[in-house]
Amino acid sequence: MASDWPLWEIFIRGQYGLSHRHVGSLHAPDAEMAMLNARDVYTRRNEGVSIWVVKSADITASAPSRKGPMFDPSNDKTYRHPTFFDIPDDVGSM
Amino acid sequence: MYAQEVKSTGRGVKTPEEMSAQERAFQARIDAGEKIEPKDWMPEGYRKTLIRQISQHAHSEVVGQLPEGNWITRAPTLERKAILLAKVQDEAGHGLYLYSAAETLGVSREELITDLLAGRAKYSSIFNYPTLTWADIGAVGWLVDGAAIVNQVALQRTSYGPYSRAMIRICKEESFHARQGFDIMMKMANGTAAQKAMAQDALNRLWWPALMMFGPPDAESVHSAQSMAWKIKVMTNDEGRQKFVDQTIPQIEYLGLEVPDCAARLNPETGHYSFTDPDWSEFFAVLKGNGPCNADRMRARNKAHDEGAWFREGLLAHAEKHQQAAE
Repeated sequence: MASDWPLWEIFIRGQYGLSHRHVGSLHAPDAEMAMLNARDVYTRRNEGVSIWVVKSADITASAPSRKGPMFDPSNDKTYRHPTFFDIPDDVGSM
Repeated sequence: MYAQEVKSTGRGVKTPEEMSAQERAFQARIDAGEKIEPKDWMPEGYRKTLIRQISQHAHSEVVGQLPEGNWITRAPTLERKAILLAKVQDEAGHGLYLYSAAETLGVSREELITDLLAGRAKYSSIFNYPTLTWADIGAVGWLVDGAAIVNQVALQRTSYGPYSRAMIRICKEESFHARQGFDIMMKMANGTAAQKAMAQDALNRLWWPALMMFGPPDAESVHSAQSMAWKIKVMTNDEGRQKFVDQTIPQIEYLGLEVPDCAARLNPETGHYSFTDPDWSEFFAVLKGNGPCNADRMRARNKAHDEGAWFREGLLAHAEKHQQAAE
């Protein structure tokens, strides 16, 4: 049965120069079949030039419930953004 | 639509006072237009309703391959055959996107497929009608995929992230389906008298089942209110049906065919057509399993699944052998 097959996450590079982006998932018995199925399912209309398949079980995700403690530390460091600093117009673009 | 009678909680929509703090916060996110993601907290009713709706939608994509698959070997030209094959392959892909979205809610692919094969799962009533002539393939692409697009364009705004993303991907591919159907209809409607009659006959037969795709009238749609509040559904059945009729009648006129509903009239004030309801008793009978092709469809799905078992087992054996060799 298909569900005994591991779940794979599929990443596709849309064109050279861009990163691979997550596009979806599928079940397959091994990486080779995952690759073939990913081609048939996710690139039927020239969507990509390269495919990564990664076993879902190998991905560690941050928990949405820990969104606060996880990302808060950067929220109060507004000086990381260039707009924090007022540069006089006379200086020109910087 | 592809999920026509999705049971929700069976209770009315809770007032803010009846909700727990967690439920209120959840509803506030939905109302603010935020997407809900798989690992977020969600009410059990939301999860269950979504699993029902997305799986019915997935099953419809898969079973929907059968009426069209029926004509792949008999397409009139090699080009039409290649186009139809590509369309049917798309439907398999759409089924997969949707099963994957359902799986993020904690249900396994195996449970969903087992329910379908055992005849316990629902899928759209439309696929229980036969495709008798080549013109039916035109009418299916034009009307059935056309109706599906009305619904699916709206569902891109659904509140559950994975479902919404599946809809966006599906909508991109779906307009090819409607256009290839209309292209077949144009060819037939401008062909010989016999071909034009065939196109009219296909339209006459599929018009009413296409209207049924949007589900029962809002007044009788018991589960809609909660699904709308949760933005699992974003358009009512009647709204979708009206939109479909309004866009399709001018297309029928363009083809030079007759609208199967002689009572259909454009109301110049509202810009909408009035039209006759389909026979709802027929709709409920088909949904219960008594349509012209329900048994055929289930037989064909089971046959394909059983006859493909050796291949799935072979793939697994091959993967295991290579795994062991690598260890």
